[in-house]
Amino acid sequence: MNASPPPRSPLIRTVDLAKDYPLGDTTVPALRGVSLDISAGEFVAVMGPSGSGKSTFMNLLGCLDHPSGGQYWLGGHEISRLTDDALSSLRNRRIGFVFQHFNLLARTSALENVALPLLYRGMGARERHERAAHRLRQVGLAERMDHHPVQLSGGQQQRVAIARALVGDPALVLADEPTGALDSRTGVEIMALLQQLNHEGITVVLVTHEHDIAAYADRIIHFRDGRVVDDLANAHRDAGADLAALSAVSA
Amino acid sequence: MNFYATLLIALKALRVNKMRSALTMLGIIIGVAAVIVMVAVGSGARAQVEAQIRSLGANLMMVFSASSTYTGARAAVGAAYSISEEDAYAIGRELTDVVAAAAPALRGSGQIVAGNSNWSTSFYGVTPDYFDVREWSIAEGRFFDQAEINGAAKVVVLGKTVADNLFGDASPIDQTVRIRTVPLTVVGVLAAKGQSPGGSDLDDVLLMPISTARNRVLGATSLAKSRAVGSIQIKLIDGIDSQYAEERVRELLRQRHRLQPGQDDDFTLRNLTEILQTREESSRVMALLLAAVASVSLLVGGIGIMNIMLVSVTERTREIGLRRAVGAQAGDILRQFLVEAITLALIGGLVGVLLGSAGAQAIGALAGWPIQLSASATLLAVSFSAAIGIFFGFYPARKAARMSPIEALRHE
Repeated sequence: MNASPPPRSPLIRTVDLAKDYPLGDTTVPALRGVSLDISAGEFVAVMGPSGSGKSTFMNLLGCLDHPSGGQYWLGGHEISRLTDDALSSLRNRRIGFVFQHFNLLARTSALENVALPLLYRGMGARERHERAAHRLRQVGLAERMDHHPVQLSGGQQQRVAIARALVGDPALVLADEPTGALDSRTGVEIMALLQQLNHEGITVVLVTHEHDIAAYADRIIHFRDGRVVDDLANAHRDAGADLAALSAVSA
Repeated sequence: MNFYATLLIALKALRVNKMRSALTMLGIIIGVAAVIVMVAVGSGARAQVEAQIRSLGANLMMVFSASSTYTGARAAVGAAYSISEEDAYAIGRELTDVVAAAAPALRGSGQIVAGNSNWSTSFYGVTPDYFDVREWSIAEGRFFDQAEINGAAKVVVLGKTVADNLFGDASPIDQTVRIRTVPLTVVGVLAAKGQSPGGSDLDDVLLMPISTARNRVLGATSLAKSRAVGSIQIKLIDGIDSQYAEERVRELLRQRHRLQPGQDDDFTLRNLTEILQTREESSRVMALLLAAVASVSLLVGGIGIMNIMLVSVTERTREIGLRRAVGAQAGDILRQFLVEAITLALIGGLVGVLLGSAGAQAIGALAGWPIQLSASATLLAVSFSAAIGIFFGFYPARKAARMSPIEALRHE
C-alpha cells in the first residue's frame, strides 16, 4: 500500500469498509475491509476483474448503499449510518454520477435532463434552466440544448450526462465505465473533458477495466477478491494532447 | 420537489403513452358516465312519481266500505256501503289531534250531456272539505259552499278534461249539464292535475254537493237511501305518523260500527303516505343497485389503473434508479407515481362526467324522460375516481419507491 500521507485533508476516508450480500442462508462478502483516503482534487481510477468488489466499492462511495461494516467519511462526515432520505440528499448535493449507458431520460431535452438533480432541491424552473444551460455550454453543447437524447451522438449524450453530474456543484464525480459504450476516439474526448474538470478542482473517481483509460488518472487502485491489492500513483497521460495527435493523424 | 413539478412529470408520462393512457381511463370513464346517466334518469323518474303522488294530496288517507266475512261471500272493496257521512263527520270532529279534515264522497258514473256534446265520466258527491283534502284548486268560477250542500243545490264543478270535452274553448260557467236527466249548473272548473301514478286522468272528474248526488242524481237507486258513502277521504295533520293515525281512525270506526273484538273490519283503510314510502323504498333499492353496478365498473377501472401502473413502474425501472441516484428520495418517487395514477383516474372521472351528462341529456331528449342531473352525484363520482387513483395507485407507487437504487440502475 502506498503509505505516503495525502497532501490535503481527505475528501473520502474509508476505514475497514465491508459489504456482505445475502445468498440463500449464507452471506457472500463482496468487500472485505477497505481502508483508503482520497483527497480533494485527485483523479483516481479503480480497476479490477468482475467480482473484485470495485462496483460494490463505487456504490458505497456513491451513497447508493449501506456498508455492512466499517466507516465511510465523506467531507468529514461519517455517513454509513445515515437514513435513506439523508443519503438521497447527500447524493443530490455532493455527488455527480456518470454511467456507462448515459442514463438520460428519453423524450426529454438535454436541458431538462441536466436540470433534473436540481428539481429534487425544490429549485424554481428558471434557476434550474440557467444553471443547466451554463453546464451544457461548459461541456461544449451550447447548440444542442433542446435536442432529445435520440438526436445526439453517443459522445454528445455522455457530455449531457457529465453536465448533469456537474449541475449540482458536487465535490465528487463518480464515473462508472464512462467510455465503455463509446468508440476509442470519443472515449479520449470524454477523458479529456474529465481531466479538464479535474484541473478545475473536481475530484473524479473512475471505474474502468481498460488500462488505456486508467492511464489518464493520477492514481490507480486495483481490487481483487474484495480487497485493495495495489494502490499506485500514476504519471497521467494528457488526453488533450492525445486528442490533438489523433486529429493530426486523421487530417 | 413541489406538487406542480410532480404534476408536470405525471402529465408528461401520460402523454408519452397516449393510447395506453386513454384505454386505461376507459374503465373509469364508463363507470362514471354510467353513474351520472343512471342517477340522472333515476332521480328524474323518481321526482316525477313523487310529484304525481303529491298531486293526489299530501298526507291523504282513504276509508272505503268493505264487506265483512260476516255475511259469507266477500264482495269487492267499496261494493257494500258500510260507512256513512256521519262516520266522516265524526272523524273530523273527534280526531282533531291527527286529522286536519275528513270528507265523505259518494261516487257514481254516467253520461254527461251539454247541448250537443256528451261525455262519460265519474262524478262525486262531496262536501267543501273535499277540495281541501284532495288539494284541488279552482281555475275558473268557484267551489260550491255549505249552503248549497244543505239545499242540495243543482250545481256542479267540472274537471279540466270534462270541461274541455263538453265545451271546448268556450267557458262552461253558468252553462247547464245534464246527468241522468238531472240538469245542473256549472259554477266552477278545477285546475288541471295531470295523471295519477297509475296513469289515469285525474282531471276526468265531476264534483257536485253530496246531497245533490244522493237525493237528485243517485236517488233512484236503493243503495243511496241511507246516509252511506263510498269513501271517506282524510287529510292528516302534517308530520303525523300515518300508522298511528290509521290506528286511531280504525279504532273510532270499529267503535261506531259496534264491531266486537275478533270481528273483521267492515271498511278498508288506504294510506297514500304508505304508497309514497313504498315508492321511496323501491327507489332506494334502485339507488343501491345502481351503486353496486357503478362500484363494480369503477373497481374494474381501478384494477386497470393498477395494472398499467405496475407495467409502467417496471418499464421505467432505470428511470427510477437514475432519479434516485441524482437525489430523489423514496417519497419523491412514491408521489410521482401516485400523482400519475390519480391524474389518470381524475381525468377519466371528468371525461366520464362530461360524457355521462351529455348522454343523460341525449337520452332525455330522445326518450322524452325527465332528466335530473345531480351535482352531488357528479361530485361523488369525481371524488370516488380520485379515491380509486389513490387506492389502486398506491401499491405500484410503493413498489417503485422501495426499489433499491443500485438494482434499478442495473435493470436491463
